[in-house]
Amino acid sequence: MRLKNKVALITGGASAVQSELMGFGGAAAWIFAREGAKVVLCDIKEDIGRRSETQLREHGYDALFIPLDVRDEEQWKRVIAQTVKTYGKLNVLVNNAGMGYVEKIENMTVQQWDHEMDVHVKGAFLGTKHAIPEMRKAGGGSIVNVSSIWGIVGSEGGPAYHAAKGAVRIFSKAAAIQYAKDNIRVNSIHPGGAWTPMTEKSLTPERRATFIAKVPMGRLGTVEEIANGILFLASDESSYVTGAELVIDGGLLAQ
Amino acid sequence: MRLKGKVALITGAAAGIKGEVMGFGGASAWMFAREGAKVVLCDIKEDLARRSETQLREHGYDALFIPLDVRDEEQWKRAIAQTVKTYGKLNVLVNNAGQGYMNTVEQATLDIWNHEMDVHAKGTFLGTKHAIPEMRKVGGGSIVNISSIYGLVGSQTSAAYHAAKGAIRIFTKATAIQYAKDNIRANSIHPGFCITPMTHRLQEDPDKLALYTAKVPMARWGKPEEVADGILFLASDESSYITGSELVIDGGMTAQ
Repeated sequence: MRLKNKVALITGGASAVQSELMGFGGAAAWIFAREGAKVVLCDIKEDIGRRSETQLREHGYDALFIPLDVRDEEQWKRVIAQTVKTYGKLNVLVNNAGMGYVEKIENMTVQQWDHEMDVHVKGAFLGTKHAIPEMRKAGGGSIVNVSSIWGIVGSEGGPAYHAAKGAVRIFSKAAAIQYAKDNIRVNSIHPGGAWTPMTEKSLTPERRATFIAKVPMGRLGTVEEIANGILFLASDESSYVTGAELVIDGGLLAQ
Repeated sequence: MRLKGKVALITGAAAGIKGEVMGFGGASAWMFAREGAKVVLCDIKEDLARRSETQLREHGYDALFIPLDVRDEEQWKRAIAQTVKTYGKLNVLVNNAGQGYMNTVEQATLDIWNHEMDVHAKGTFLGTKHAIPEMRKVGGGSIVNISSIYGLVGSQTSAAYHAAKGAIRIFTKATAIQYAKDNIRANSIHPGFCITPMTHRLQEDPDKLALYTAKVPMARWGKPEEVADGILFLASDESSYITGSELVIDGGMTAQ
C-alpha cells in the first residue's frame, strides 16, 4: 500500500459519494484510503461531506469529515488540531478546494475577485502555514496544491480563476524551497478538463464540445486520473520531487 | 501490480546489478519487473547487461537483454522485432540511453556535438518511430523519454548535452500530439543531480560534489530509484490522461 499509515487532509473533499459525480478531492479520498491512509475530508458542504464520510467508513476505511471554510484561519487551526488529536499526526495535505466565476474582466466585480482569490490562494496559504509545524514534527510531509492548466496559460474563461491558479502554482514553489530542508515537499497539479461537480455547472454541452475539440486525446479526463497524480505526489514514491508541476491534461498544453 | 502483463523496452538499461550503483534504466527494470512487466534491457554495454539480465531472471522475472546502439536504425528494427517475437507485444518504451561530455560551447568539437545529439535525440526518434506501429497494434502505449533539468535550464558545462536534452523535451511533445488519438502517450522526465554510473566520478570529488549539492533545496542528490518511481508512474495506466507533460525530479533545484 502506497500511503500505509499516513494521515491525509483533503480540502474540497466533500464530493466522495460513490454513484454520484465526484470531485478531485473525493476521488483522491477513495484512492488514498485504499492505499492505506487515514483520510480527513474538509469542505463547506456539510451534508455531502457527512455522507462521504459515512460511505468511506462503511467500506472499512478511517475517514473523518471536518467542516472547513479554507478562508478562515481559526477554522484551519481547529481542523489541524482535530486531525492530530484523532489520528495522531499529519503527513499529507491536499489543497484542492476551489470554485470559479465565469465572467469577462470588465464584468467581474471586486467581490467575485476577492472570493476567488481567497478560496484558492489564501486557502492554500493558510493550509500550508498550519500544516507545516505538524509535518515537521512527523519528520516531513507532502503538500499537493491543485492548480490548473489555467494557472499556466490564459483562456476566455474566468480571469480571477487564472490569477488564483497562477498564484497557487508559484506559491507552491516558494513553499517547496522554504521547507525542502525539513523534508516537506510541495508540488502543484494542473488538471485540464475533467467532469466534476464544478465543471458540471460551468461546461455547457456546447462549451464542452468546443473544449474537447482542442484536446489531443479527444476527451475529458476522469477524476480518478487526476487523483492518481495526487497520489503519486502525496506518496513517498515522489520523495525527490518538490517545486514541480504535474500537468494532467490529455496533451492540451503540449501543442 | 501496476504493470501487470505489460512488455517494456528500456534503453541504457545495462547497469541493473543489485549492490552496485544502478542507472535510471537499471533501477526501472527492477521496479517494472516487480510490478509485473516483462522487461527488455537494451544497451551497448554487453557484459554488464548480461549480468543484469541473469540477476533479474534469478529473481524469477521475465527479462531479456538485446544489444542496441540507439543511433542505428537497423538495430532498432531488430530489437523491436525480437521483443515482439519473444514477449508478443510492446506496451512501454523508455528512451533512457545517454552520456555526456563536460565541456563548454567553445570546447565542444563537432564530433562531440554529433555524438551527443545522435545518442539522445536521434536515439529517441528512432525508438519512438519503430515502437509506434507495435503500440498501435495493442491499442496504445506509453513512451517515457529521459530528458534532464539540463533540458530546461542552462549550466556551465555540457553544451551539447543541453541541446540534446532540450531536443528530447520538445520532441516528446510533438510525439504526444501526433499520436494522442492512437492512445499512445509520450512524456519526459527531468532528473536533477542523481547518483548513477554516469555521475559517480563526481561522487569521488568531495569539493566538487559539495558545490553541486549546495544548489539543491533538498540538500542531497537523488537516487536512481526516485527517478524510476517517476518513470513507473508515467509508464503505467495511472497516468492515462497525461501526455506531452514534463515530470521534474530534482529536489527543488529548478523551482528556485
